[in-house]
Amino acid sequence: MRKFLEKLERLDRRVIFIFIGFSIALPLLFPVYTDFSVTAPVEGFYNAIEELPPGSKVLVSCDYDPGSMPELFPMNIAVFHHLLSRGHKVIMMQLWATGTLLAERAMTEVLEDFPEKIYGEDWVNLGFKEGREVVMVSMGTNIPKTFPTDSRGTKVEEIPIMQGVTNFDDVALLMNVSGGLPGTKEWVLQVQSRYGVKLGSGCTAVSAPEFYPYIQSGQLVGLLGGMKGAAEYEKLLGRPGTAQRGMDAQSVSHIVVFLFIFIGNVAYFAVKGKKKRLQVSR
Amino acid sequence: MWETIGIWFGAFLTLCIFSFLYKDNPFYKLAEHLFVGISAGYWATLEYHNVFRPNLWDPLTREGRLLLIVPFIFGLLLFSRFTKKYSWLSRWPMALIIGIYAGITIVGYGSGDLILQIHANLLPLWTDNWLTSLNNILLTVGVITGLIYFFFSKEHKGALGAGAKVGIWFLMISFGASFGYTVMSRMSLLIGRVYFLLGTWLHLLE
Amino acid sequence: MRREIPIAICFLFGISFILEYFIPHEGVLSIFETIRQWAIIVIAFAYVLGIANLLRINYHVVQRKQRDWPYKIILMASLFFMITVGIVFDILGVGLGGIGEGTIFGWVYYHAQYPLQSTMFALLAFFIASAAFRAFRIRTFQASLLAVTALFVMIGRVPVGESLWAGFPDFTEWIMNVPQLAGKRAIMIGAALGAISTALKVLTGLERTYLGGE
Repeated sequence: MRKFLEKLERLDRRVIFIFIGFSIALPLLFPVYTDFSVTAPVEGFYNAIEELPPGSKVLVSCDYDPGSMPELFPMNIAVFHHLLSRGHKVIMMQLWATGTLLAERAMTEVLEDFPEKIYGEDWVNLGFKEGREVVMVSMGTNIPKTFPTDSRGTKVEEIPIMQGVTNFDDVALLMNVSGGLPGTKEWVLQVQSRYGVKLGSGCTAVSAPEFYPYIQSGQLVGLLGGMKGAAEYEKLLGRPGTAQRGMDAQSVSHIVVFLFIFIGNVAYFAVKGKKKRLQVSR
Repeated sequence: MWETIGIWFGAFLTLCIFSFLYKDNPFYKLAEHLFVGISAGYWATLEYHNVFRPNLWDPLTREGRLLLIVPFIFGLLLFSRFTKKYSWLSRWPMALIIGIYAGITIVGYGSGDLILQIHANLLPLWTDNWLTSLNNILLTVGVITGLIYFFFSKEHKGALGAGAKVGIWFLMISFGASFGYTVMSRMSLLIGRVYFLLGTWLHLLE
Repeated sequence: MRREIPIAICFLFGISFILEYFIPHEGVLSIFETIRQWAIIVIAFAYVLGIANLLRINYHVVQRKQRDWPYKIILMASLFFMITVGIVFDILGVGLGGIGEGTIFGWVYYHAQYPLQSTMFALLAFFIASAAFRAFRIRTFQASLLAVTALFVMIGRVPVGESLWAGFPDFTEWIMNVPQLAGKRAIMIGAALGAISTALKVLTGLERTYLGGE
């Protein structure tokens, strides 16, 4: 047994890789669809949109890249769907260059369910702007000056949905889909605390723990943390998507990692104990 | 047709990257360098379409906003660092960028992370609900002892040392939670790629 | 003057972002608005500088035929390809030029950059599992606190945790909302103080490392 544990401690990492690969692939191939409950931060995010008066203008900042797409793309789609289904107007923008085409694709997918929605009246894409926090602060004074044209080159003054939108006072809610920096933290620091606009965040699971203080302080109205947050949001909307589909794989992979940590420690302490006994006997 | 070719191309590149798990190889190197080149080209193109044209070139040349010559020159001065004789000029735009972010940091962190967070932690330690009271006590003790741990101007001995020790416990809990969420995040990324390979490429998923 | 002028620029532009918070006068705010628009343009140039530097470094590798030089040609070729189809084709009005869906640029983004970048990050899943197996050792009380919390969060945040114990999600949320939050808030406040003091040093010229040598 001890020899086996010693071998285990020196296990080739490629064996671990195989286990991880199977722990993801098998649940996707043979899903069980384990049920789960919705947590309070996700409910806060959902309710923030539900409580808006019909026809509200919502600014959605899609700040992510393909590296965080599995977590954030389902969120992005769900947010757009939620907003359009409630009759709200979507003003989307990006602070990450790599988010531009992803946000467009998310909207294209959602619009298949809303063929009656008109670009420029029901939604607009202001596009990407470089400058991170400078852009955020600049929007607080003058959004049309920061984004003189939309992503298609049309002057912002000529776009119906942008009539009367000068700064954050003219927007009912700000939703941020955030893959890192610049993202939710910067929106909280530069915009929410300065202009008092209501802010909700969908972020990667890596970032989620550091945003819990913002929920408690009221700086965030709600938080979707990672793929689980996206799955909970999809459940609230009644629209199962790729996030819910991935939950079984998430469960199994977590159990596998937990077992590896457990086995690694058992093997370590067994080998360490043997080395100690050998030293004492010498 | 182009969509199908694209999916197969994407699957090939995905497998090239995954081949690194076995060991470094020419396919991985090819994919890695392709990624860097395409990303860099992508960024340059987006900067042109979304900043250079609408915020600088069109207002300068078509609307006559000649004052934009100033940021244009500052931007071009950045490239002087490629010359030995005039590289000192690149400090001017660099100083502009650094100064701006320093100013933004003071205001943002001061209001968002300092004052509002301290304000949010001023909680009643005795309420009607015992769990709320316990939570508020834990939050207060946790934040104060966590800050005590980061106070390095005095040696951590005696009461300060005890406070710092309790602070470390709260910090370890927060790091553990971060690790758990990090595992969740990384697994989600792999789920996305496996979903693409099994579903979008091989059509094995329902 | 080679160091004094940049320090003055740093101070003037930085202080403008602080002053506008306190001076609501419209005339003054419009000056600050102009400064912000300039900043956006200069920052964009900084990104292009980074890309130009990337080209310069890889060109030298190819020129001197250093290690992996054929791959550097692929790197530069793909960079120029993206710029050509995204910018040059658009200026010349060539079909499928420009950015967005339905263009060559868009196709390469969705079918090359997106799978490459996603997979690069997906590799981390394997490495975090391998690292956790090899390096995660519960040697001290503090390490065990970290490990136990991580395990509670990992299992509690997924559906299987709720299947094992119905109260698991609530317990995990309690961990996130109380002890975890306290630790994070302490780090946040400490980091904010550090960031503000560093920014003040930069603005006042005490911190000059960004100026480089000479």
